[in-house]
Amino acid sequence: MTMKIMPLVLGAAVALAATAANAGTLDDVKAKGFVQCGVSQGLPGFSNPDDQGNWTGLDVDYCRALAAAIFNDPSKVKFSPLSAKERFTALQSGEIDVLPRNTTWTMSRDTALGLNFVGVNYYDGQGFMVRKSLGVASALELSGANVCTNTGTTTELNVADYFRSKDMPYQIVAFEKADEVVQAYDAGRCDVYTTDASGLYAQRLKLTNPDEHMVLPEIISKEPLGPVVRQGDDEWFNLAKWVHFAAINAEELGVTSANVDEMKNSETPSVKRLLGTEGEYGKAIGLSNDWAYNVIKHVGNYGEMFERNVGPSTQLGIARGLNALWSKGGLQYAPPVR
Amino acid sequence: MAVEDARPERATDRASWINDPKVRGAFYQILLVLALAWLIWEIIDNTRTNLEQRNMATGWGFLDETAGFGIILNLIQYSEISNYGRALFVGFLNTLLVAGIGVFLATVIGFIVGIARLSKNWVISRIAYVYIEVLRNIPLLLQIFFWYFAVLRAVPGKREMGTIVPGVHLNIAGLRAPAPVFEEGSTPTVIALILAIVISFVIKGWSAKRQAATGQRFPVLWTAIGLIVVLPLIVFLATGMPISISYPEFRDTGPMLMRGFQEGTGFVLIPEFLSLLLALSLYTATFIAEIVRAGILAVSHGQTEASYALGLRPGSTLRLVIIPQAMRVIIPPLTSQYLNLTKNSSLAVAIAYPDLVSVGGTVLNQTGQAIEIIAIWMLVYLSISLLTSAFMNWYNKRMALVER
Amino acid sequence: MTMTHADESTSEAYVRDRMVEDAAPPSSSVGAIGWMRANLFSSIPNTILTLLGIYIVYLVVPPLIEFTLVNAVWEGEDRTACAQAHGACWPYVEAYFWTFIYGRYPDPERWRVNLTFFLFAIGLVPLLVPQMPFKREGLIYMLAFFPVAALILLTGGDFTYAGFFLPMPEGELRFWIEFLLVAAAVTGGIYLLTREAGGNAKGTALSILAGFGVLAALFFVASIDFGLVEVETPLWGGLLVTLVIAVTGIAASLPIGIALALGRRSNLPIVRLISVIFIEFWRGVPLITVLFMSSVMLPLFLPEGITFDKLLRALIGVALFASAYMAEVVRGGLQAIGKGQYEGAMALGLRYWQMMSKIILPQALTLVIPGIVNTFIGLFKDTTLVLIIGLFDLLGIIQSSYTDPNWASPTQSHTGYLVAALIFWVFCFSMSRYSIYMERRLDTGHKR
Repeated sequence: MTMKIMPLVLGAAVALAATAANAGTLDDVKAKGFVQCGVSQGLPGFSNPDDQGNWTGLDVDYCRALAAAIFNDPSKVKFSPLSAKERFTALQSGEIDVLPRNTTWTMSRDTALGLNFVGVNYYDGQGFMVRKSLGVASALELSGANVCTNTGTTTELNVADYFRSKDMPYQIVAFEKADEVVQAYDAGRCDVYTTDASGLYAQRLKLTNPDEHMVLPEIISKEPLGPVVRQGDDEWFNLAKWVHFAAINAEELGVTSANVDEMKNSETPSVKRLLGTEGEYGKAIGLSNDWAYNVIKHVGNYGEMFERNVGPSTQLGIARGLNALWSKGGLQYAPPVR
Repeated sequence: MAVEDARPERATDRASWINDPKVRGAFYQILLVLALAWLIWEIIDNTRTNLEQRNMATGWGFLDETAGFGIILNLIQYSEISNYGRALFVGFLNTLLVAGIGVFLATVIGFIVGIARLSKNWVISRIAYVYIEVLRNIPLLLQIFFWYFAVLRAVPGKREMGTIVPGVHLNIAGLRAPAPVFEEGSTPTVIALILAIVISFVIKGWSAKRQAATGQRFPVLWTAIGLIVVLPLIVFLATGMPISISYPEFRDTGPMLMRGFQEGTGFVLIPEFLSLLLALSLYTATFIAEIVRAGILAVSHGQTEASYALGLRPGSTLRLVIIPQAMRVIIPPLTSQYLNLTKNSSLAVAIAYPDLVSVGGTVLNQTGQAIEIIAIWMLVYLSISLLTSAFMNWYNKRMALVER
Repeated sequence: MTMTHADESTSEAYVRDRMVEDAAPPSSSVGAIGWMRANLFSSIPNTILTLLGIYIVYLVVPPLIEFTLVNAVWEGEDRTACAQAHGACWPYVEAYFWTFIYGRYPDPERWRVNLTFFLFAIGLVPLLVPQMPFKREGLIYMLAFFPVAALILLTGGDFTYAGFFLPMPEGELRFWIEFLLVAAAVTGGIYLLTREAGGNAKGTALSILAGFGVLAALFFVASIDFGLVEVETPLWGGLLVTLVIAVTGIAASLPIGIALALGRRSNLPIVRLISVIFIEFWRGVPLITVLFMSSVMLPLFLPEGITFDKLLRALIGVALFASAYMAEVVRGGLQAIGKGQYEGAMALGLRYWQMMSKIILPQALTLVIPGIVNTFIGLFKDTTLVLIIGLFDLLGIIQSSYTDPNWASPTQSHTGYLVAALIFWVFCFSMSRYSIYMERRLDTGHKR
């Protein structure tokens, strides 16, 4: 057990507490030997534990990439499953180092909550799922619907805005946990289940008869999801940003986990800079020069992460769409390494 | 002399003042206060630094901001453009609603089951026993989930009527019944009804006094029924029948989403409310039943025999002799059960009933102001607890005064 | 005439030397029928009640049997088996049963949980059965050995200490130097105080030193590397978490509760006031808000960089909450001890703590064993609330299994709730029986 223990001797009570000095997050992470990563409590494709507690998903892969960049070992990461309510306090209080928990980047979160968004690892939007038997083809026909959703997310606010602006009556049934929303929707309490479109595809798998349900084509909001770090630690913020950018740049440059060793011999300057054979870019973020090589070698580029977790070949079967590279008509774009 | 000599010597003894219980008491208490003050200061200081360092918003200003989310059940006017303060107040009223009705139902069920538990009828007493032992030993949260998720799957869907008795329907969208609609000019009728109830109570008091003084009885029940029915009816007819009844309107044609019962027709209880209410009252009733049983057993058997000897029938014996005496034993533990029920209503958060904790949780998520929200929760529940205790203490005293 | 009369009077035919055989009672008042007449059908209202009762039984029991046995699915590999079921889906329970017990605790390490359960059971039995000897040894085992053993077994042990305040590099060395300093300061301070007060300074100091020695040993043992794999608390789940929270909660609430109860009955006004405020505060708020507080607000109270494990935070909340209830139970026991006991103890010249620990508390605590068990039952049921803050206790893990795509079926949730209810019921019902048994036992002891 490498957890650091500070004893507070209060009578016979012994409190276990992990200490992290006021120094930078990166130094702390290096000292304790792993990245503490806050993830969702179970959302297939993004962060989902199997019955042995092995985590998989897009958000999980981001954490592994971070660990690979710092330690050259993607397994040096620990996951804290967090509810929507706890996630920001957990980050603010230093319980976790980074929060990639399908969290929407909004202005108030970026400012009043004292957070910094690293980037967008999934461009999402809020959608609706309904029973096919309702005969609804568009979100504009949802007047009078009972809508199930999660509390405490942007989803709840978006759905209110949407129905209000369209002047359609509706009733909201808002649950604390995603599992409860699925159960209630499955039982027929609601006509409509609304959350981020990616979430709808993931949750549909959990229904008794997934084939009886369909996701409506309309997307009613912008939900840029991305990892979050604390404000006030620029070194860590930079590192977190560039691990994300490295994965996207790698895809753009055609570097994959399979060919990364060959690519190390590449003569292309941008690939050389990315893989650390030219320049001293790793030093600038407090890491060794082969940091991006490690990320790609162990976890893969952004495209690989996407394919593995949510892509068309997985159970979720989500097309790249907005999440394709900018050069292929999508929105994923990373500043160059130079 | 020797004794007197000894005294001043003892007074100068160094150990004496330190052994003085008063000095020691003061010393320990000052130590305790200092330690506590340090702890509280430490907490405040840490919190302040933490909030400042992370640029987190603080203060009560958020209560005036627009909430932006909908609430499924609101007793007062509320919409998405209302502010957070109002949203929290809606939640508070919902807590009071479910707790108030829950207390009433739990008391009724609890008394029935408690008396049934002592019944001479073997079947009835066994059923009461099994009911108590089964429901009391299963966590309340599990029961709430059961009533919500398991029973929800068993009732008819939203587009089926699910008629129980004509006019009353239960489907997955809730329980629907006809509702009175108070149109313009209905105020006099309502006032008449209230007046009739008040007069009935006055008559009851007067008749009790008269019976105590003269032994003559007065038909209070019939008078009261007459008053409560006739007086409002006369006013109702005289003012031109301003109250109508709204029946739940069911539509089974048109677009699928618009089928089912129409919003705004009849009286509706949402399933979240129903399952929470059922679970809370059935669970608390088991404890109340045990309290009632213990209370009745505490009244000596001689009382029953004496009242039989006086020719009272079993029902009257229970009502006039046993229960009034048992109440003195029952009330104090009953109070804590009422408080438990109120506090347990916060489990609403698990099944989307918008009570104070549930709505507060949403506000907490949207604003991130954990400290303020949790402070509101604690303050509200503490006040409810203290007020209920105060009321029940007063009632208990009143009951105790009957003793001669 | 008279003759005849006399003859007849002396005739044996008129004198019975044996009682007439008792006629059998009417068949309607004995046996099953008689019992039914007396208990079930003695009057018309009673008959109606009986029929009503039978109707209620009819409403509840046959559907329950149909659901659990007749219509149940017994075999299958995944959701297809139960897709059309109208009864319980037992294969789902079979597939998930061990998860219900251990949560996501890794398979190869589950023996550690079993060993912990076993150690707990052998410690508990001598304490619960009044006739068993070795009460004192059992208590020491449960209070000192078991917690450390459980901590090491469940987490994996091998704790490292970073130290706290000394200006030197973090590490074990700093921690132990600090520990020695604190121990020396506390012992020295109390030695001086007791000497000033004219008490047995040496003895007091020695016993405090011994206490620190035990504490040091515990810390040391916890830091030994036993070669166990670390299992983080997010992996714990199911019945394991339920028991960990309930047992730790009750164990921690006992000392705090006793202290609060003594505080509430103390002669010192400020101590009394603080105890009353503390007790009434925790009793006045719902547990769920306490849990939210521990999960959302507690991190803000702590200095920068110090964080607690999520399970530990919930444990702190539960322990504080339970200690307020425990305080009221203990207070009941203290009030039941006659004034004579206090006066007798004082007349013997015992100090406050001697009086409490040797005379009053042993009697009071024995008296309130049923109350403690009842508090434990309440706490055991209340542990389900931790699922709302995202810990997976027994109910939480069952809830979360409903969304496993492999087993989603119409009757899955009913089956799961039934299993949860059954497990909780068995635990709570047996504990309440034990409480009643102890109550009777204690009661007869007091009636003399």
